[in-house]
Amino acid sequence: MTGTEAAAVPTRRLEWQPAEVRKIVVETFRVKSLLLHIPDWQGHLPGQHVDIRLTGEDGYQAQRSYSIASPPEDELLTLTVERVDNGEVSPYLIDDLRLGDQFELRGPIGGYFVWTVAMRGPLCLIAGGSGIAPLAAMLRHRERRNVRATALLLYSSRSLEDIIYREELDAMARRDPNLRVINTLTRKQPEGWTGYRRRIDKAMLAEACVPPEQNPKIYICGSTPLVEDASRFLVELGHSPLTIKTERFGPTGGLAS
Amino acid sequence: MWLWARDACAVRRNHDGSTGVWVIVTFGSRSRCKGTTSMDSPPISRGFRSKQQEQTPQNRLPPGQYVTAGFPVLSAGPTPQIKVQEWTFALQLGGTLLGKWSWAEFESLHQTTIKTDIHCVTKWSKFDTTWQGVTFDDLLKVAGLAEPPAPYIMAHCDGGYTTNLPVADLVGGQGMIATRYEGLPILPAHGGPARLLVPHLYFWKSAKWVRRVRFMDKDEHGFWESLGYHNYGDPWKEQRYDGD
Repeated sequence: MTGTEAAAVPTRRLEWQPAEVRKIVVETFRVKSLLLHIPDWQGHLPGQHVDIRLTGEDGYQAQRSYSIASPPEDELLTLTVERVDNGEVSPYLIDDLRLGDQFELRGPIGGYFVWTVAMRGPLCLIAGGSGIAPLAAMLRHRERRNVRATALLLYSSRSLEDIIYREELDAMARRDPNLRVINTLTRKQPEGWTGYRRRIDKAMLAEACVPPEQNPKIYICGSTPLVEDASRFLVELGHSPLTIKTERFGPTGGLAS
Repeated sequence: MWLWARDACAVRRNHDGSTGVWVIVTFGSRSRCKGTTSMDSPPISRGFRSKQQEQTPQNRLPPGQYVTAGFPVLSAGPTPQIKVQEWTFALQLGGTLLGKWSWAEFESLHQTTIKTDIHCVTKWSKFDTTWQGVTFDDLLKVAGLAEPPAPYIMAHCDGGYTTNLPVADLVGGQGMIATRYEGLPILPAHGGPARLLVPHLYFWKSAKWVRRVRFMDKDEHGFWESLGYHNYGDPWKEQRYDGD
């Protein structure tokens, strides 16, 4: 693990910029995507994140980090936000933010948890809940660039209704025989569900993931237990730790709260 | 330049002769800093207000941070599973080994306990965390070094992670190799069996799974430092990213 494969290392100070909400998409009961117009956006790589800063009427400011869910090819920048019930920032973003509202943002940040088509495949993406966001940026980038490198998404959600970008991901997989999207539903399954119905475990990874011999590039993003478990199982299954990149989400996972 | 002393309003050191344990208690004292913005005035988010301000002593919270009671885990790859029987720790200058310790040898070195606040660049801060380990000062002493042999170090870790630091930020009780958190062995996900602890800088400098400290005449970038993060990382100056 070295910095040599890094891309997009900022060479100047990342300034705070105004971002305007141009579109709001309701993704699930607890999750919305904010599509932002940023006049001087310098571009990003799939997997990178931004810092946002809110300023209240009394001058109080709060910052949080959110992964970018949109590919570099899109005009608007998408942040997908999950409501953390006791959180300070996410309930505001979900409940109060309206079209045309502005807040500050700076980025892009992070040059390690990044995949571009130039890095090729096979690509093995493992997500839990809103951890799908940076991985969706990778899949959307892959599709926009019409690259058909073998790709797998193993995505753990509580229920069918909790799957973020469900229709888009399913449609993407239908169009593209080299992309497999595998969902596991951990708490509630619809009638007739034939897919996985448990947390991601070693047997599931052995079955679903690209084998180590094919040297897949592995990206895992989700809650800390999911990331810790999945990365440990993959190492036990013979994947080199250096091929596994991790990012965390959730109220105690660093990003997003 | 003793940053530890500069950033703390109270540094109390009690020497417990019976156990040989130093206790260092620090409390941050900085007044709350406002971040600067390139815009004349930031857009106001109507209806957005603090949920923590009343309870949070702002002079302990660096700008842009929020307090968490949990202990979030952040790392770039899988957590290495390290057996202490196979663990060693080394001090190195160029190709020269200055000192090397097995786990048992390391455990028998003079132990220090520190109670301190920690600040992660991803915005969370955690107050009053207690760590035990061997201070950088004591390591130099047992390696027979009266003075640090070079002004910078690179910490090398299992999994390939590296981070660079000025030696001035490690001496004078400011840095240690920690092996206990809240009195218990440090969990692998939190950097166990041993991690660097330099709590006055953003927590990525407190490298998990540290195995080797290499002295350097010239400063070099470590892992995150070469990926756009700040070379020094002072939370009170909000030095998150290159150029901050």
